[in-house]
Amino acid sequence: MLRTLTIGWARGILEIKQFNRAREAVVFTIAFPVILLFIFGSVFNNEIAPSVTFSQYFVAGMIASGLVNSGFQNLAITIPMERDSGALKRLRGTPMPIEAFFIGKGIQVLYSMGLQVLLLLGFGTLFFGLELPSDPSKWLTFAWLLILGSISATILGIAFSSIPKSGRGASALVSPIVIILQFFSGVFFVFTSLPGWMQQFAAIFPLKWLTQGMRSVFLPESFASQEVAGSYELGRIALILIIWTVLGTFFAIKTFKWSRI
Amino acid sequence: MILIEGLVKSYGEHQAVDGVDLSIEKGEIFALLGPNGAGKTTIVEILEGYRVADGGKVLVLGEDPAAKGRAGAALRGRIGIVLQDSSDSQDLTVLETLQHFATYYSAPRNVDELISLVNLEEKSQAKIRTLSGGQRRRLDVALGIIGQPEILFLDEPTTGFDPRARRDFWDLILALKNNGTTILLTTHYLDEAEALADRVGVIVAGKILEISTPATLGGRMKALTTVSWQSLDGQIESVESDKPTEIIRELIKKFDGEIPALSITRPSLEEIYLKMIGEK
Repeated sequence: MLRTLTIGWARGILEIKQFNRAREAVVFTIAFPVILLFIFGSVFNNEIAPSVTFSQYFVAGMIASGLVNSGFQNLAITIPMERDSGALKRLRGTPMPIEAFFIGKGIQVLYSMGLQVLLLLGFGTLFFGLELPSDPSKWLTFAWLLILGSISATILGIAFSSIPKSGRGASALVSPIVIILQFFSGVFFVFTSLPGWMQQFAAIFPLKWLTQGMRSVFLPESFASQEVAGSYELGRIALILIIWTVLGTFFAIKTFKWSRI
Repeated sequence: MILIEGLVKSYGEHQAVDGVDLSIEKGEIFALLGPNGAGKTTIVEILEGYRVADGGKVLVLGEDPAAKGRAGAALRGRIGIVLQDSSDSQDLTVLETLQHFATYYSAPRNVDELISLVNLEEKSQAKIRTLSGGQRRRLDVALGIIGQPEILFLDEPTTGFDPRARRDFWDLILALKNNGTTILLTTHYLDEAEALADRVGVIVAGKILEISTPATLGGRMKALTTVSWQSLDGQIESVESDKPTEIIRELIKKFDGEIPALSITRPSLEEIYLKMIGEK
């Protein structure tokens, strides 16, 4: 157990080193959401409810998307690439505990997610009227959303990684899925203004619930009445994230491949 | 060290391995030879635990290589694997990679000594993406032996090497053998098998044709020997014979002293091998 954790930690450090050295990945994962923030925050700065601007609404959604980008999208693309390069096959031929590999991935996701959230919070408060909550209970909500959100995004990324046929095809498959989910889940538009079928479709997936959770942290309590259910539904958010995490774990264990055969 | 009995493996309709028996003893270098698609890599990957046999008995160090979980990990701590082609960890340095992989094993080699053993001292701080093909391959071997394995699997280790690099590599492999490591090698180069292997096995279409030493494979010892020399009028003459010593004796009588341009050659391992797989 201790050995698994020690090696998992060492893998996390190694993954972070590799992540930092792959500049395209850093730019794609970290800078892209910030660029989107500037574009959308500057174009749509109208008030969508008393004392709530669209840019505030958008920052909350982008933080939720950040979890999906650095967890799901990142792993669903990089793991197939590592499968193609023989990295996974090599690891599978060593006595490395396989859990350590996934711990390492989780650490790398936490790192890139942390960077991304800090950048979004920083730019959001400096330029787009985002107000950091003063109520400690909201920070508590933020904390569990980050933890549960990053765990489920990591596991779903690992689970999805067995679907792309090659590393090269992974990005073409995964990126559109994420972008469509972002549109449907109310990241780029106010969720309640979307067509009903789109809302219902998005409600199946975790991103919609993560964005709603983040709004409960960064938007005033009064805005809850604007949500679909008239409240932020924190309990339901936790439940849905847990269900996806369990399903993802099951699927990942069943389908994970260390090499292309 | 390695025991295979009645090994069978097919991919769909294709029978990749068709009833192979093989036993490899401690401290020997065994080379598996055969054309592409003969089943070499499938056998090696079953022994390495990457693939599961359809039938037959497979033991590596007395264990089932397909064992999962803790037992599988324990076995993988005692073997070393050098895969055919890998292009991973491009952004890490040689030193970082070796130091990291050392943490997986209970008794790893000293990383600095390992780097000098595979002759990568000058590249230890270099990113892996900057290594040449031969350097990359030496790093692969270093990763394969970092855990001081009892058995080392080498799958076509010197493909793309220049002759000098190949000789250096052979010296490294022989040094490992002298330290008691058992080595299973697959190769397309017959000179490599001859230089390294104690025994070779020829496999064609999933079946073993013959297992013997490189010197005796395919009746090589009994095959006709070619003796050639330069005759007094300057022509190169050559005779094939099963009694080359007699020819030499006559030549000694004929020439006073040195026999010009004398050569006595048995068929090369390559010639024997090509004949064997051609007959199939």
